[in-house]
Amino acid sequence: MGAQKKGAPARVSEDAEELARHPLQAILLADSFTTKFRPITLERPKVLLPLANIPMIDYTLAWLESAGVEEVFVFCCAHSKQVINYLENSEWSSHPNFSVSTIESHNSAGAGDALRLIYERHVIHGDFVLISGDTVSNMSLTQALQEHKERRKKDSNAVMTMVVKKSKHSPITQQSRLGTDELFMAINPDTKELLRYEDKAEYSKGFISLDKTLIADNPSIVLHNDKQDCYIDICSEEVLSIFTDNFDYQHLRRHFVKGLLLDDIMGYKIFTHEIHSSYAARIDNFRSYDTVSKDIIQRWTYPFVPDVLCGNSAIKVERQGTYRASEVTLSRSAQICPFTVIGQGTKIGNDTKISHSVIGEGCSIGSNVTIEGSYVWNNVTVEDGCQLRHAIVCDGVIMKSGAVLEPGVVLSFKVVVGKQFVVPAYSMVSLLQQPTQQDSDEELEYADSSSGTVELPYVNKAITGAVDKVNGDATSDLSESRYGPTSELGTGGVGYIWSIFEGGNDEEWRHSVAPIPSDKLAKIMLEKHEDEELLTQDGNVVSPSGDLKSDSDGNASDNNDDEGSYVSFEKEVEATFLRAVLENHEVNNAILEVNGLRLSYNLASVDCAGAIFYSMMKWAVESSHNAKASELHKNAAAVITKWKKLLKYYLHGIDEEIEVILKFEEICLESCKEFSPLFPQVDDEI
Amino acid sequence: MDFQVVILAGGTSKNLNPLVSKEVPKPLLPVANRPVLYYVLHQLEQSNLKDLIVVVEGEDSALLVGGWISGTFVDRLHVEIAAVPEDIGTAGAIRAISHHLTAKDILVVSGDLVSDVPPGAVAATHRRHDAVVTAMLCSVPVSGPSESGSSGGKDKTKKPGRYNIIGLDPGKQFLLHIATGAEIEKDARLQKRIVRAVGQMEIRSDLMDAHMYAFKRYVLQEVLDQKDTFQSLREDVLPYLVRSQLKSEALLNGIPQAEENGNEKVRSQNNQVMVSRILSNASTPSFHELCSVGPDGSAPIQRTHKCCAYIASSSSYCVRLNSIQAFMDINRDVTGEADHLLSDTSSDRNNIVGPSPKLGTKTTVGPHCMLGEGSEMGDKCQVKRSVIGRHCRIGSHVKVVNSIVMNHVTIGDGCIIQGSVICSNVQLQERVVLKDCQVGAGFVVTAGSEYKGESLARKEK
Repeated sequence: MGAQKKGAPARVSEDAEELARHPLQAILLADSFTTKFRPITLERPKVLLPLANIPMIDYTLAWLESAGVEEVFVFCCAHSKQVINYLENSEWSSHPNFSVSTIESHNSAGAGDALRLIYERHVIHGDFVLISGDTVSNMSLTQALQEHKERRKKDSNAVMTMVVKKSKHSPITQQSRLGTDELFMAINPDTKELLRYEDKAEYSKGFISLDKTLIADNPSIVLHNDKQDCYIDICSEEVLSIFTDNFDYQHLRRHFVKGLLLDDIMGYKIFTHEIHSSYAARIDNFRSYDTVSKDIIQRWTYPFVPDVLCGNSAIKVERQGTYRASEVTLSRSAQICPFTVIGQGTKIGNDTKISHSVIGEGCSIGSNVTIEGSYVWNNVTVEDGCQLRHAIVCDGVIMKSGAVLEPGVVLSFKVVVGKQFVVPAYSMVSLLQQPTQQDSDEELEYADSSSGTVELPYVNKAITGAVDKVNGDATSDLSESRYGPTSELGTGGVGYIWSIFEGGNDEEWRHSVAPIPSDKLAKIMLEKHEDEELLTQDGNVVSPSGDLKSDSDGNASDNNDDEGSYVSFEKEVEATFLRAVLENHEVNNAILEVNGLRLSYNLASVDCAGAIFYSMMKWAVESSHNAKASELHKNAAAVITKWKKLLKYYLHGIDEEIEVILKFEEICLESCKEFSPLFPQVDDEI
Repeated sequence: MDFQVVILAGGTSKNLNPLVSKEVPKPLLPVANRPVLYYVLHQLEQSNLKDLIVVVEGEDSALLVGGWISGTFVDRLHVEIAAVPEDIGTAGAIRAISHHLTAKDILVVSGDLVSDVPPGAVAATHRRHDAVVTAMLCSVPVSGPSESGSSGGKDKTKKPGRYNIIGLDPGKQFLLHIATGAEIEKDARLQKRIVRAVGQMEIRSDLMDAHMYAFKRYVLQEVLDQKDTFQSLREDVLPYLVRSQLKSEALLNGIPQAEENGNEKVRSQNNQVMVSRILSNASTPSFHELCSVGPDGSAPIQRTHKCCAYIASSSSYCVRLNSIQAFMDINRDVTGEADHLLSDTSSDRNNIVGPSPKLGTKTTVGPHCMLGEGSEMGDKCQVKRSVIGRHCRIGSHVKVVNSIVMNHVTIGDGCIIQGSVICSNVQLQERVVLKDCQVGAGFVVTAGSEYKGESLARKEK
């Protein structure tokens, strides 16, 4: 007892000392290096997008401060100037005991580059929190940090602790909540070590295979489908150097985590920390933007909710979860339904109904407008009679009277929607034209960030010029109308409707703000089932030791394998032989070539003899098309005498000769009946 | 309980040569001077499962086994003996006796299981979940050469062998994945579909399938009928059922209807679901039920069945006698740490000596030993951690350590026997030294010979 008492304070002081030596640092990536928020992110960095009227980065920074982080390095790449300006002008620069400094880069293509750059700066000393600027959380880091440190003491290879959260495991909820891909994680339940991380990248199979060594090393592994990755990592200093050593690592999960798990040379380990009651989520796409916004409004993220974050009670929470800022002009007949946020200085007209939505600052909303489940940012003008359902409307957008936004629409900055115009569901509308060069997905995700920094060419004027030429053929073909943006958005409209990304055709609804229609959900479900059915069938057929089959079947499939390789061997030999004939090779060269084939296919010389004879006969048949018996025989004889040496080379004993004769019989039976009278003659030749 | 028990007793197993022979088939191999089959039968009797079919390979063996059972359990159990041809596999054996099966559920037990896990508990689990199959799982035994105090530490460092890779649900009630046989050496392939349905799957490699299963009769019979390539319950039937649990194939469709007669069927099925839910203490439907319901709660689109697991507590004893090493281990354990299996012998000493031993002067019988009735020992013998059968005649100055000596064995003076198995009617002449040997029945070892690690048996005629 006494010893323990002694030990405990000693350890505490040791920890305290450590903490004192290294103030807790954090790296905040203010660029997600993806294109999921396009077209909005072409004009504004993702971290500055408002979430319930407060930029995302504020949520992240506020959480970091509350979690005891003292020094944050904000890494900005795309639109770095905007981020830097924002941070400089915000209150974050003046907080005591919480310093926010920015690191700017213009050519980082991914998180890997960012971390490598930070490594070169030598600013990180000790453990740090790695987070991206689009994460909302209210978890306490103390326990996770402590676990991490204790593991580090025991095992210096424990470089990272990942925060995970339990979610409902059905693929439907996963899709419908955060729009993220299915994630399988294998975790050792005792040590919490992460053993396997499988996301969409290797999604194609209906099976997960766990390496046998994993199973040998861990008597018990729990495979999770019900965990969600919060993208909050507690890392040790080594992580940065690992990134530097592996210069091809870019993606935090796809490359880094998987790389470490696969690499057994260095033996780095990643652990998980599960949070139960606190909130953590990352805004990865429009779907999660919607979900997280709602969670904030419903105060799951407390204390990080609009009224608290804004501080001096500029926003008041009213009944049924409505948040109203000061100076809102609300018509008497306007109806504000539950779970709605209305920003400062917004005017709302008569008989307008707003539900489950966020309205930004300085908006003016006309009469008879319906806004449902939508996110209207600042200084938006919505004229009378508009309808907005599950849409995102960015700053400065003007919706002329009677315009309708169908579910899933995203209107980027300063777009103008014409009178009575109906924007079709899931459209992305921007003043900027859609970037035309699009490579494969992977490329895209990284290429984007560098191109994202390009200053915006304001095509505005060109477009407004074109406005005059409106002829109102809103129904014209999309490809044609690309050059006439006005017609895309109806009379007086300004902006381009982006065509949907390649292959994104059935993806759009997955990530959209709009809730997923139930028929789609049913479809996902069915797809999954069908998938599986195919795959299980496959599995039954393919797996050689036969989930289904007994050992004898296993052997049979092995034989099939051999057969298959023999067939391809025969083909190769035939090709070699034909080449030899056509190009008049020396017999010795042909022998060499055939030998090479034999070795590479690992077959006996019996097979060679058979194959060569087969190709000789085939050649003989082919060279005499009209197939007169005598001619055929002559041909065959000629071929045989010419290439006797080649054949002889493989005819070592009686076995090979028998094989050749059998082969001949086979040929006679199968392909060329005409050979049959020749059988004895050819036999003699040999 | 409406359970029929099928005991797959086996016959002349090749693994156990030369211990088994025509005279002593595997079920009658003595473990602590009792046929191994006794342990299974005893446990079944304790669980009040008395309707048994004992399946023996080979007619001759069947006669021997039948004779023994009727002699031992004469009134207490209702036993049928069925002889099946050799090498037809466990699935084949069930197929062969399929027409004898009438009860709603069938408990299939391997005859070589020496365990103190009550079979009744497995049966109850099976019933509680209304499962199609319930398998008993036990922790992997640490096998190794006889543990003495000194080598105990060494054994612990040894990695226990892996027999199965088993996937369980978080409640450890359902069996979600099982890999047996050759698959264990490969990378485990887990069906995402099942993981998805359950959320998390625990993969254990430290559990072993103990070869005690409860099956629904009609399912078992259907599977065996339709999949005539299935050879083994353990390697084919069980993995098949586990694999297809969320997507029962046609063979399970319609069968319940055929089983229940007429109009009651639907209601009784619903009742069953309810009852199983109440019994398993679950307020929420299990994933099987969730999965079988369409996304909008509509009519079932998928047929599912449940595969359950009964996990024996780690303190219970559960070993299969399927190798010579296992035979030695079991004998050692039953006389030693697991002596509660010999429930009716009340011995407060830690060795068990038969009623009328004749021990010579200065002969010592150490702890964890067993000496059968009517055995005689000469002067200055030493017996340590060994089992000696009935009516053995052991001369003077004999050392028997870590060994098993069966019945009617004659051991001459000055023999030293270590880590060996001596079968019945063996004659060891003077000064024989055996180390880690197996001596088949009726063999005569000539005087003064020394053997190490050999298997001695008479030539088969």
